[in-house]
Amino acid sequence: MGNLYFEKTSKEEKLKNLNPKEETIKFLLDYSKALKVLPGEKEDFEMLLN
Amino acid sequence: MEKTKVTDAVLVKDYINGNELALSELIRRHQHRIYSFIYSKVFDKDIAEDIFQDTFIKVINTLKRGKYNEEGKFLPWVMRIAHNLVIDHFRKNKRMPKFDNSGDFNIFSVLSDSGLNAEKQIIKDQIESDLREVIRELPEDQLEVLTMRIYKEMSFKEISERTGVSINTALGRMRYALINLRKIIEKHNLVLTN
Repeated sequence: MGNLYFEKTSKEEKLKNLNPKEETIKFLLDYSKALKVLPGEKEDFEMLLN
Repeated sequence: MEKTKVTDAVLVKDYINGNELALSELIRRHQHRIYSFIYSKVFDKDIAEDIFQDTFIKVINTLKRGKYNEEGKFLPWVMRIAHNLVIDHFRKNKRMPKFDNSGDFNIFSVLSDSGLNAEKQIIKDQIESDLREVIRELPEDQLEVLTMRIYKEMSFKEISERTGVSINTALGRMRYALINLRKIIEKHNLVLTN
C-alpha cells in the first residue's frame, strides 16, 4: 500500500493564490462609475449617482 | 513582437480623465499583491476583503478629487493606504475587551467594579478641564492635529488628507504639540495625574 500523506502548504504557497472576490472588484468599479465629484468653492462635493 | 505594457502612471492619468476601464486594469494588475499583503497581516479573508475594498474606495476618492500627486508611484501609494487601514483595523480591535487565559486566573480582575467613585470622578473631571485649558494655548495648526489624533482617533494619513498637508508635516505638528503641551503644563505647575 502506498504511503498516504498530506502535503503541507507553506504560508507563501497559500499567499500565491490569494485574490479578492470578483464581486468586490465589481462593487469598486460600479462605485467608481457612480461617484461624481463636483468642485465647490471651499471644498469638493461627492455625489453617488445610480 | 512584444506588446508594450501601459504604465501605471498612464492608466492613472487615463482614469482621472474619465476612462473607467483604466481603473479596472489598475485593480486587476495589482489586486493579488495588495490583497496578499493585507491577508498576510490579518489572516482573515473577510477582513482582508473589507480592507481591500476600503483601500480602493480611498484610491478612487482621491483620484476623482484630483488630489493624487505621486507620479509613477501608484502601487507604493496604494500599499501605504492598505497598510494604514490594517493598522486602523488592529487599533480598533485592540480596544475590544480580551480575555487573557495565560497565567493564573484572577476572578477579582473580572468581578471588580471598574467604575470611578465620587472622589476619583471629581479628580478626573478636574484633570480633563485643566487639559482642555492647556490645549487651547497651542497654536492653531498643532491644536487641529492633536484634536484629530487624540479625540477623533484619526490616522495621520487621514489627518494629512483632511488638513491638506503631508503626513510628515502632520507628524511634526503632533510632535511640537506634545512638546509645547509639556512646556505649558510646567509653566502652570499643573499635575495631570490622579
